[in-house]
Amino acid sequence: MSINEETVKHVAKLAKLEFQEETIHGFTKELDQIIQMVEQLEDLDTTGVEGTYHGITHHSVLRKDEAKKEFERDDLFANVKTKQDGFIKVPAIMDNGESGA
Amino acid sequence: MNILDHTLEELHEKLVNGDLTSLQVIEAVYKRIEETEANIGAFLALSKEEALSQARAMDEAGIDPKNILSGLPIGIKDNIVTKGVTTTAASKMLEDFVPVYNATVVEKLTEAGMISVGKLNLDEFAMGGSTENSAFKITRNPWDLSKVPGGSSGGSAAAVAAGQVPASLGSDTGGSIREPAAFTGIVGMKPTYGRVSRYGLIAFGSSLDQIGPFTRTVKDNALVLNAISGHDRRDSTSYEGATPDFTQGIEEGVKGMRIGVPKEYFHEEAKEKGVVESVRAALKKYEELGAEIVEVSLPHSKYGIPAYYIIASSEASSNLQRFDGIRYGYRAKEVNSLEELYVKSRSEGFGLEVKRRIMLGTFSLSAGFYDAHFKKAAQARTLIRQDFEKAFEKVDFLVAPTTTTTAFELGGKIEDPLEMYLADILTVPVNLAGVPAVSIPCGFSNDMPVGMQLIGKHFDEQTLYRAAYAFEQVTDFHKQKPLFKGGK
Repeated sequence: MSINEETVKHVAKLAKLEFQEETIHGFTKELDQIIQMVEQLEDLDTTGVEGTYHGITHHSVLRKDEAKKEFERDDLFANVKTKQDGFIKVPAIMDNGESGA
Repeated sequence: MNILDHTLEELHEKLVNGDLTSLQVIEAVYKRIEETEANIGAFLALSKEEALSQARAMDEAGIDPKNILSGLPIGIKDNIVTKGVTTTAASKMLEDFVPVYNATVVEKLTEAGMISVGKLNLDEFAMGGSTENSAFKITRNPWDLSKVPGGSSGGSAAAVAAGQVPASLGSDTGGSIREPAAFTGIVGMKPTYGRVSRYGLIAFGSSLDQIGPFTRTVKDNALVLNAISGHDRRDSTSYEGATPDFTQGIEEGVKGMRIGVPKEYFHEEAKEKGVVESVRAALKKYEELGAEIVEVSLPHSKYGIPAYYIIASSEASSNLQRFDGIRYGYRAKEVNSLEELYVKSRSEGFGLEVKRRIMLGTFSLSAGFYDAHFKKAAQARTLIRQDFEKAFEKVDFLVAPTTTTTAFELGGKIEDPLEMYLADILTVPVNLAGVPAVSIPCGFSNDMPVGMQLIGKHFDEQTLYRAAYAFEQVTDFHKQKPLFKGGK
């Protein structure tokens, strides 16, 4: 298949990315070449083959879910850009009425 | 002889005898960095004061004769988190990120008494094969400064090759330890998936990522892997079985061993013939040492690249969702809504290659393409893993070139992402199968080092070290030093 600029814009929306209008043409072409390359897999007969989704062949064993204090709350906030009263402050999620909408 | 020409083992002896102090070793590291860094550009950050004070404390307390790595220096790839020391993954996204905890490998190195001297450059989020994707700087190959050191662990490899540090840590998702080791003429091990805890490694492709050591000699490499291996309750994919002493039996040689030569890995028609020729010559050496060479086939190898780029990018697109500008990392300014904050922070914070991978991964996982892409790649991965399993029924380990060419020119592939991807053809199947592989120097082509990889059975790094060591004892490729060609 080949992808077009509309597909790229759709996927960008899913990935929460945006591309400048003037770069989207070149980017689409590049991504299309890469997608054509990965689609060589179409030639491979995989009928009845189970997929491998993990890196391990041994079993992953879950440990007991025990509460344990490992970090100070303040430390975990060390890289937060804007904080207030122990919360992370972000722009309004709902329309705050100031935009005139 | 320069202090830093010694192996870790030799340095340890000198520390114990009192011929050297840890402080002298660490000072030698920073002096060497000062002399060479303008040409190489391996480090993103140095932790000189902390390292010197740790060395002083170590000297005062006395070097533990039983603890072979104590008081010795190491460099850390900057996608491995270090408490209190900025960790960027070479991304603008994490330019000012100061971790509040240490990666398990960093804790383990500290326990072993190793001293971290600084953080090493990489392709942004470990995505790339040349270290040119770093948001901050390029790193040059010590053998020829007009060439790339490989990637993504290019800083880790260049620092060891340039003699700045005797050891460093890298990470390998699709060849990011082995390719730079090959390009810079040193030893780089990608351990079995699960051997080393990934806790504190900034995730790229979680089912593929492994941390491993770079060193100039095989035994040094085994010593560092000894220190960082083992189960970790904070990484449920880490292996619960025992960790052997990887230096045990290292001197026993390869007599009677069966070495598989996968025919798909020898591109006889390749442009640079010197690579395959060097590996063929190395195989002759192994025969002289008493090993038997057996041709084997890994018939699904050609599907390695497409399967890898789908799986690694899909996992990356999921892993990198956490970078949203809220809790840490880059945050866009002048935004009016939460949605805009996410989109602008990500679009301004990530570099182009990272965005390309996120886009490919998101596409491969999206409705309508999941079966043809992600599921198909997972099935191809099973077939690739089975290829290795079948081969290992007949042989003890495999030998192949690590790369199809020696190091390429800076700027040579960066404009053509597809060509850069295809360069990983000989390294990605190992990650898909989860098996261990070590790249060691085995010759020169166009005056640049050639690497060969020894690929082993799951959790059989010991055989690889033993065979690599046997080759090293009868060759001197590891003793040759880079020329800093084209340097000031």
